[in-house]
Amino acid sequence: MPRPGFVLDVDRSTPPTLFWRGEGFSLEKLPAGRSRIIYPPEPLKGLADVDGAIRNALLNPHDSDPLPALLFPGMKLTIAFDDASLSLPKMRKPDTRQRIIEAVLDMAAEAGVDDVHLIAALGLHRRMHEYELRHVLGDRVYDAFAPRGQLYNHDAEDHDNLTIIGTTDHGEILEINKRAAESDLIVYANVNQVAMDGGWKSVVTGLASYRCLSFHHNAHTLQNTRSLMDRHKSALHHSVWRLGKVLKDHGPKIFTVETTLNTDTFPAPFDFLAKREWEWNAKDRATYLATAKSLNKMPNKAKRKIFHGIEAPYRMTSVQAGSTDAVHELTLQNVYAQQLVEVEGQTDILTMGIPFISPYNPESIMNPILVMCMGLGYLFNMYRNKPLVREGGVIIMTHPTYKEFHPVHHPSYIDFFEQVLADTTDPVVMGQKWEKQYAEDEWYRHLYRTSYAYHGVHPFYAWYWGAHGQQWAGKVIIVGGDAPTVRRLGFTPASTMTDAFEMASDVVGRNATVTHLHVPSVLVADVK
Amino acid sequence: MRALRIDRKVAKFAAARIMSTMAPGRGAVYGPLELVDIDPPNLPADGWQTIKPRLSGICGSDLATIDGAASRYFEPIVSFPFVPGHEIVADTEDGRRVVVVPVLHCVTRGISPVCDQCANGRINLCERTAFGHLSPGLQCGFCDDTGGGWSTRMVAHESQLVEIPDDLTDEQAVMVEPMACAVHAASWYHGQETAIIGAGTLGLLTLAAISAKRDPERNGPLVVTARYPHQKAFAKQLGATHVCDGDELPRLIRSLSGSMAMGDQLTCGFDQVIDCVGSSDSLAQALQVVAPGGDILMVGMPSTIKANLTGLWHREVALRGCYAYTRADFDTAIELVRKFDLGRLVSQLYPLADYEDAIEHAANAGRRGAVKIAFDLRQEKKR
Repeated sequence: MPRPGFVLDVDRSTPPTLFWRGEGFSLEKLPAGRSRIIYPPEPLKGLADVDGAIRNALLNPHDSDPLPALLFPGMKLTIAFDDASLSLPKMRKPDTRQRIIEAVLDMAAEAGVDDVHLIAALGLHRRMHEYELRHVLGDRVYDAFAPRGQLYNHDAEDHDNLTIIGTTDHGEILEINKRAAESDLIVYANVNQVAMDGGWKSVVTGLASYRCLSFHHNAHTLQNTRSLMDRHKSALHHSVWRLGKVLKDHGPKIFTVETTLNTDTFPAPFDFLAKREWEWNAKDRATYLATAKSLNKMPNKAKRKIFHGIEAPYRMTSVQAGSTDAVHELTLQNVYAQQLVEVEGQTDILTMGIPFISPYNPESIMNPILVMCMGLGYLFNMYRNKPLVREGGVIIMTHPTYKEFHPVHHPSYIDFFEQVLADTTDPVVMGQKWEKQYAEDEWYRHLYRTSYAYHGVHPFYAWYWGAHGQQWAGKVIIVGGDAPTVRRLGFTPASTMTDAFEMASDVVGRNATVTHLHVPSVLVADVK
Repeated sequence: MRALRIDRKVAKFAAARIMSTMAPGRGAVYGPLELVDIDPPNLPADGWQTIKPRLSGICGSDLATIDGAASRYFEPIVSFPFVPGHEIVADTEDGRRVVVVPVLHCVTRGISPVCDQCANGRINLCERTAFGHLSPGLQCGFCDDTGGGWSTRMVAHESQLVEIPDDLTDEQAVMVEPMACAVHAASWYHGQETAIIGAGTLGLLTLAAISAKRDPERNGPLVVTARYPHQKAFAKQLGATHVCDGDELPRLIRSLSGSMAMGDQLTCGFDQVIDCVGSSDSLAQALQVVAPGGDILMVGMPSTIKANLTGLWHREVALRGCYAYTRADFDTAIELVRKFDLGRLVSQLYPLADYEDAIEHAANAGRRGAVKIAFDLRQEKKR
C-alpha cells in the first residue's frame, strides 16, 4: 500500500534535503524548528491490464455512445494526441498514446473507416521529430500513416488549414485545425500528468491558432489564474472551457480519452531521488555522492544526454473515455488521488529545486526563461485553495541558470532574453510593447513551420505562465545561478542556501517559516 | 621643453608589438615612446606661430602607433622623430584659447596652387601630405617639423587654429577634434536604419553626431553595440534607440529589420553600418548585418585585416572609408560638444611624467570604465 504524502517538520535530526539544480542536485540543510518539507505521495499501483482497461473505456464511455457506435464507413476520423511536452520525462515504450490509438484504429478498421488522420496537437510548441513520433505512437502506426501524409504535426500558422468554429460570449474566437474541424469525429488521446492538462484544453489549445490562443495565453489571464492546477479557480481554464462550449455546440463530435499516470518517474540509478532522505540506505547515499560528483564534472551537453535519455517507468492509474466534461472530472479525481497533499497554512519562504526539464524543453536546454516558467509558473502553481507561500513572501529556487539556449528549438527565446528582458520583466508591459512583433515575425514563423522551433511568441507565454507567482512573491532568489543572467530575469542571485536565507530575511524577517516543496515527484498542495 | 617623442627604432617597435599583444598599452613601457627634454620646433614659415598645449587627448591611432600595431601604410606620410598628440586645446601667444585642426594640408605646406581636394575644402583628402616646406606628416602629431600636443610647445599654422568660446571648458574643448571626426562621419548619414559597431570615444561621438541630425519620428532605428556598462549608459544618453552587446547585434538587427537568415548571414539587415572599431571581427560583423545595397562606413582606423568579401560582392554592399574632417566640421563639432556636454567623456587627465600609466589607461579605457584619457599640460614646468 503506497504511503500518502505528508508534511515533515524539520528538527535538528532531520538529514539534509534533496534539491534539484538543473542537471544535478544538492543536499541542503533547512533551519530547524521553523522549516517543513512537503513530501509527495508514493506512486499508486498501476492498472494490471492496460490494454484491457483502454478497450473497456472505449466500449463503456461516460456520457457518450461507445466508440464503435460513432464510427461508420466513409467518415472522416481525426485522432489528435498530446505532443512531446508529455510525459516528462518520456515514458518507457509502449507509450500510453500508442496503446489508445492502436485500440481506436482497430475499431475504426472494423467499422470500415479509411479516412483517418493523426495530428500531434502541439499548439505553438515545436514540431515533433520523427524519432519522437515513433516513440509516442510506435513504428507500426508511424509507418502506416506518416508516409501517406496522414500523420503530421499541427501547424498554427497554416492559415489555409485553419477554420473558425465560432465565438464565445466573451468575444473569444475559436479557430482550430481545419481537418479536425471538418471531421465527423475527433478522438483525443491524452496523457494527464498534472491537473492543468486535459479537458477542453487539449483541443482548443493543441489544435488552435495563435489568434485563438492569445485570448487566454496573456498576462491578465495568467495573473488571475489561481491556480493552474485548480481549473475551477483558473481564469485560463474558464476561457478554455468557454471555447470548449463553442466547440461542443458548433464543432465536430469529440470523443475524449484521458489517462493518468502514477509518479514512478526515475529508474535506477536515479531511483533514490524518489525516496525520503532519512530512508536512504548506504547504497542510496553512495549513489547520490557518485552521481552528484560525476555530474558536477561533466559538461552540460553530456549531462543533458544522460537526463533526457531517461525513460520513466510510469504506470497508468486510470483511463476514461467519452464526453470531454465528464471524462475530465474523473481524470482530475485520479490526478489528485496521486498528487494531493494536505498542508496547514502558508509559509514565509518557499524553497524549490528546479529540475532539468520543463514541458518546453524535452530533448533540449532549460534556458533561463524556462527556469522562471518552471519555478514561478509550474511549481509555484502546485496548489489548491491558496499558494504555499504567503503574499509578499520569498521564493528561493536552486538552478545553475546559465545563459544558454537551444538555437534550433528556442530562437525567439534568445532574442526575448536579449531584447525584451533587457527592457522589462513586467508581463503586462512586454505583452503590450513586444508580443505582436515576436508573434508576427516571419523568420520565427518560418522556423516554427519548417524546422523544430517553438513559435516566436512562445517565450512570452512561458513568461506569462509565471505572472501570478511573480506578482505574488515579494522577492525571488536563485541559488547557484549565473548572477548576470539571474538579474536579467529580475531575480536576486545567491551563492548558497545560507546566503539566500540571509537575503530573504530582509523581506520576511529572521524567524521566517520555510516550506520546501520536495521535487521529485509531483505534488499538489491543498493549502488550508 | 618637455615632450613625449617617438623615434624610428625598429627593435623598440617590435618589442612594443609583442608586449602589447599580451597587455594593450604596454608599448609605452617597451616601445619607442620616450619622455625627453628637447628644443621647441622652429617656425617653418610665415603664418606659423608657437602654441602652448593645455590638454591633449590620446587617440586610438596614437595607441596603435605606440603599441607597434599601426599599418606600414603610414611610413611615407610621417617623419621621425615626432611628438604625438593631435587632439589639442592650446593657448596662442596672443592670448587666444584654440583647438587645432591638425591636418597638414597644402596651405600649411606653402603649396600653391593648392591641390584639387584642398581647393574644394576637403583638406582631409589633401594630395600633398608629404610635400612642400614641411617634412612628411598627415597631421601635427606625426610630423617632425610641427611637434605635437604631448609637449609644452608646438607650432601651428594660422589656418589650423579654431578659437574656442569662453563657455567651453578645456575638457570640452579637447573633445572638439574627435567630435569633428564624428561630424564628418555623420555627413554620410541619410536617415536610414543605422548600426554603429563600437562605443569607444569614436563610436559614442559618431552616435551623438548622428543623433543631432536624426528625426526620431521619421528616421530608422539607431543601434549601438557596447561592451561595458558605462558605454551602454552613455549610448542611451546620446540617443541610441537600441543598445546591445556586440554578439547580440545580428539577432537584434534581424529582429528589427524583419529579416530571415541564411546561416550567419541576414537576408535583409540595416542600410548603413558604421564600423567604429576597424578590426577583422567588426568588419565581418558589419558585412553580416548590412542590407543588400547598403553602406559600410569605416570610421575606426583599421590596420591590416582579413575579410571575406564575398557577401560584399554578392549583395552589392559599398565599403567607404571615413577619415578626419574639413574645417567646417569643427564649427559643428563645437556646437555638439556644448549641446551634449561631451567634456564628461574625459575620464582622467595625466601629467606627461605619468605617460606609461596614461597610455595603459587609455588602451584599457573600456574595461576600466573610462572613455577619453588626455594629458594635462597646464601645470608642466617650462610651459
